[in-house]
Amino acid sequence: MNFLNGITLLLIYQLVGEVSVLLLRIPVPGPVMGMVMLFLTLAFRGRSTESLDSVSSALLSHLSLLFVPAGVGIIVHFDRIIDEWLAISAALVLSTIITMAATVVIMKGANRLFLNRDKKDG
Amino acid sequence: MVESDLSTIWVYLSATPLLGLTITLVAYSLAYRLYIYANSNPLLNPVLTAVILLITLLLVTETSYETYFEGGQFVHFLLGPATVALAVPLYQQCSKLRKLFIPIAIAIISGVIIGAFSSISIAWFLGASIETQLSLAPKSVTTPVAMGISEIVGGIPSLTAILVVITGIIGAVIGTKLFELMHIKDDTVKGIAMGITAHGIGTARAFQISSEMGAFSGLAMALSAFASAVILPWLLNLAGMLN
Repeated sequence: MNFLNGITLLLIYQLVGEVSVLLLRIPVPGPVMGMVMLFLTLAFRGRSTESLDSVSSALLSHLSLLFVPAGVGIIVHFDRIIDEWLAISAALVLSTIITMAATVVIMKGANRLFLNRDKKDG
Repeated sequence: MVESDLSTIWVYLSATPLLGLTITLVAYSLAYRLYIYANSNPLLNPVLTAVILLITLLLVTETSYETYFEGGQFVHFLLGPATVALAVPLYQQCSKLRKLFIPIAIAIISGVIIGAFSSISIAWFLGASIETQLSLAPKSVTTPVAMGISEIVGGIPSLTAILVVITGIIGAVIGTKLFELMHIKDDTVKGIAMGITAHGIGTARAFQISSEMGAFSGLAMALSAFASAVILPWLLNLAGMLN
């Protein structure tokens, strides 16, 4: 029953998110809107529920499984990927390294600037 | 005789979503076992192995992706509720989030912009088509959100989905090594960078390193998903890439 309550709540928030995005014509995906609404609800109530906690941790602990069907979709785009393989792979690898390194540097810099907590990182 | 029986069964099974769903779960659990067996070697990322197994299976049995996806969609669908579920760890980290809010916000906004524009410009420089460039823009954002952004900006959502998965795998594989090279020891910083760059797949990896890194990676993934959804369409429009 717990599981059922939790998943129902998640689906309701997703549905409300999808509908409000459509109605308000905001260029934000529905689930993200649902996430924001759920976050605001939790922050406003000041506590979460047991069923919500258990369902979210179950879903999030198997998060990587959920990417598998989309990943298999590479099969549909084989031609494009072969045609543009160099640009795509260079963009993915380099941009991933650049983004990760840049966010680390920026986060460290911002920490130093706003919190003076750089001692830990040496 | 036996062969025709088997092919009758195959025809029957391939018409129901049961097979696609089951092979997805079986492939993933095999991939996951292999990963654990290899002491969580990041090169054996379970998503990567499972995708390779499934593609091989589809090619060998000459099954179309559409047929497979009849079953696969049940797993894929859960990405939506999983995105909503991110509100829970986000809420649990609320007090830490409040304390680190400004640095995190700065890191996320700049990470989103750097991620999108570095991939677009590298792809553009190497001659990729405009659809490919636009499909690359949300590559660091978790799949359901990235697909939504891709659709809004004029990319190809299903191509974006794959690019997102590959980005996640790259991030999960190189992340720990990169942090080591950069002498980063703070799990908060590592988690934020991982979540911004490699979304859910990176977060799954971060949870193996420490629960703090995992929580912050999840937090960064959720916040950057939101930030990307708001910023990217607007910014790409501003850059004159959309018409």
